[in-house]
Amino acid sequence: MTESLPIVEVRGASITFPGVKALDEVNFRLLPGEVHTLMGENGAGKSTLIKALTGVYQIDSGSILIFGEEKRLTGTASAQAAGISTVYQEVNLCTNLTIGENVMLGHEVRGPLGINWRATHARAQEALTRMGLGHLDTRAPLSSISIALQQLVAISRAMVTDSKVLILDEPTSSLDAAEVETLFSVMRRLRDQGVAILFVSHFLDQVYAISDRITVLRNGGFVGEYLTRDLDRTQLISKMIGKDIEALRALGSNRQVDARDRSATPVYAAEGLGRAGALAPTDIEIHKGEVVGFAGLLGSGRTELARLIAGADRADSGTVRLKGKKVNVTSPVSGLGNHIAYSTENRRDDGIIGDLSIRENIMLALQAKRGWLRRIPAREVDQLVSTYMERFSVRPNDPDRPIRLLSGGNQQKVLLGRWLATDPELLLLDEPTRGIDVGAKADIQETVAELAEAGMSVVFISSELEEVVRLSERIVIMKDHEKVGEVVNGPDVTAERVVSIIAAESEEEAEAQAEALAEGETR
Amino acid sequence: MPALKSLLRTPWFWGIIGIVLLLSLNVVKDPTYLAVGINPATGQLAGNLLDILRVSAPIIMIALGMTFVIATKGIDLSVGSIMAVGGAAAMELLRALNAPSSFGAMFTAIGLALLLGAVLGLVNGLLVSIVGLQPFISTLVMMLAARGIARVITGGQNTNSQNQPFQQISNGQVLGLPISFVIAIAIVVVVTVIMRRTALGLMIESIGVNPDASRLAGIRPRPILITVYVLSGVLAAGGGLFTVSEVMTVDVSGTGYQMELDAILAVVIGGTSLAGGKFSILGSTVGALLIATLNKTVLFLGVSAAATPAFKAIVIVLLVLLQSERVRTFVLQAGRRRTRKEVVA
Repeated sequence: MTESLPIVEVRGASITFPGVKALDEVNFRLLPGEVHTLMGENGAGKSTLIKALTGVYQIDSGSILIFGEEKRLTGTASAQAAGISTVYQEVNLCTNLTIGENVMLGHEVRGPLGINWRATHARAQEALTRMGLGHLDTRAPLSSISIALQQLVAISRAMVTDSKVLILDEPTSSLDAAEVETLFSVMRRLRDQGVAILFVSHFLDQVYAISDRITVLRNGGFVGEYLTRDLDRTQLISKMIGKDIEALRALGSNRQVDARDRSATPVYAAEGLGRAGALAPTDIEIHKGEVVGFAGLLGSGRTELARLIAGADRADSGTVRLKGKKVNVTSPVSGLGNHIAYSTENRRDDGIIGDLSIRENIMLALQAKRGWLRRIPAREVDQLVSTYMERFSVRPNDPDRPIRLLSGGNQQKVLLGRWLATDPELLLLDEPTRGIDVGAKADIQETVAELAEAGMSVVFISSELEEVVRLSERIVIMKDHEKVGEVVNGPDVTAERVVSIIAAESEEEAEAQAEALAEGETR
Repeated sequence: MPALKSLLRTPWFWGIIGIVLLLSLNVVKDPTYLAVGINPATGQLAGNLLDILRVSAPIIMIALGMTFVIATKGIDLSVGSIMAVGGAAAMELLRALNAPSSFGAMFTAIGLALLLGAVLGLVNGLLVSIVGLQPFISTLVMMLAARGIARVITGGQNTNSQNQPFQQISNGQVLGLPISFVIAIAIVVVVTVIMRRTALGLMIESIGVNPDASRLAGIRPRPILITVYVLSGVLAAGGGLFTVSEVMTVDVSGTGYQMELDAILAVVIGGTSLAGGKFSILGSTVGALLIATLNKTVLFLGVSAAATPAFKAIVIVLLVLLQSERVRTFVLQAGRRRTRKEVVA
């Protein structure tokens, strides 16, 4: 197979940070007109390599060739000048400006009287049309469109500069299935125009759906470069984690508990729990030691339900009973006081306290529960911190490191430690595995199973339905801010069946399907 | 070497360097600047260093309060005006009581001033935490209002009064140090112990770094915000007491005038970020001492009144630049490049 000259080629690149070899002799090449996925666990060096390509970090040894010519990238500006554009996981746009202004920011069309807005918007429209987004009004504020569309606007913005290389760092992490499909069609379009796309995602399905080639990194080192069609998923995962796929396989079977007695008083029971504009009144019961999955698309009300249960938002209707006793859970304080802990889907904004250390992040909720006056004694804190850091093998193993310097998976583990330290009876995990690597994912799934085994009730929310189906004993299906059904897990229950209930056109149909599935179970 | 490196990264280290440089500047002008002698009239120690410590006392107080407000991502612009309120209340009360040697009168005056400071701080705290106004706006309003309240208290006069014990606060000495300075340091120690032995300091930092996440972790932000503004108000009133006790007169338009800026600068020099989060009490104290040294140096060098603000600005900009890691690396690299070139040559 004749291969054209790579647009970007990295040869034996190494980057050393104090005490860590972040990149170790990594090779990487990006051909024109291909989607090339970079795979690896968190901390494998994906972000570091991307930062080297975008000029944020400079390589200590090795070389970067662009169009066959050695280049020294000294900053993001020099990377852009070399034709490399990047779109990050979090959309870096100005929501208060219009769509057109965002697309053209820094590239406005100038006339004799300053910026020619008419021409600028026309150019923006053109750029959007090239992506198949011609229907967007360039004069509407960016905040008026969904996150997914904003992501596509960010890509249009990157392509305004006629880039030959587009780096997409986890662009799909906050998109639902339909939105991902739109993104992919834009990516295919750009690929066919000869743009080289570097793609990073933790979702294997997406990687296989879109990429032509895969490069795997592990612990900063280069593992190999493969054609996607030559590498099956199992091989890929084993190359990423470097061991032991059997452990992952073991989790692959649906979790089932035989003959749970659902007549016992549930740990948590709500009737008509709701909040105007967020969730229609919902009944829900959660039993001791049960893992309940909330399935539904982004914005289906699954997060809203979890937040109301935990008191993160205040419910305006409904009664709540904990072990049969009526209580009011109106704030996170009362939620934690009643042994309900909620781990947010939005790790960066609502979860971690970035500048505080791992230690402080773990002790925080327990300390808040005990009140500011009674500081937890240092010995107890040390014990707590070392327990959870060991249990989840948090890396780096340095409790004084600020949590913002950790990878996503490790941050999630620290947060899990924070909530477990409060001794919850009901733990709500909202997207605990989003944006984290396969190894950390398996750790967290395993922990959920263990906790339930030990008698804790867990609510598990994830966009990855396979994960929900694998872990949950019972699945609550949410749609349009409403609960549309409930399914007890079993061999008949698959992600596809759950999807079809979610996708059902009418509510009645969804309920009928859910009932059919539930009855199939009991028979 | 690593110890030295981490010292270079400590913001208050540069504050100390700044103080040393300013003092050296004074010594160059007058080699006897640092001399400490005995004042024959009072039998007390006297000298420029003691003066600096005395004028630093009120700045330490307001900088301490400002530290926690800033750590919560807030700002308190009203501390200067609250100083005037505290001073005005004390002077009026002492004048009315007319008991020149009574300790009881002194304690009543101190109590009243601190109570007023607490009330004004509480208003700030309620506006910020319950009403949800921006700290900048809430305390800007309070800055104007409190200055007005000070005028109302004295009826627009610059009230003076006589009370021997009260006067001693800023004019007396213990162990050769100004009493006001010793009290300020004692308060710094007490507050540090409260912040670090309880979890209050941790919670203030947590709210400052990420209020939403802190709320979800079960911290109640409102009581903590109210606490920091009340503390700032009380400490500001205390600073006002130090200031008026020096001359036993309150200048309703001059006492504490623009001192909020000194406090903010002291906090920033001390390494607490205006973006909130981690705070350093030691840093703010060093910052306050630097501001006091700077104020005295400006006077001593005879910088004209018109040029004083510019002079202060230059010193502070230089200091903040020194603290910036980016600037330091840049300067170091430039130096290295030059030496390398010389080697080649």
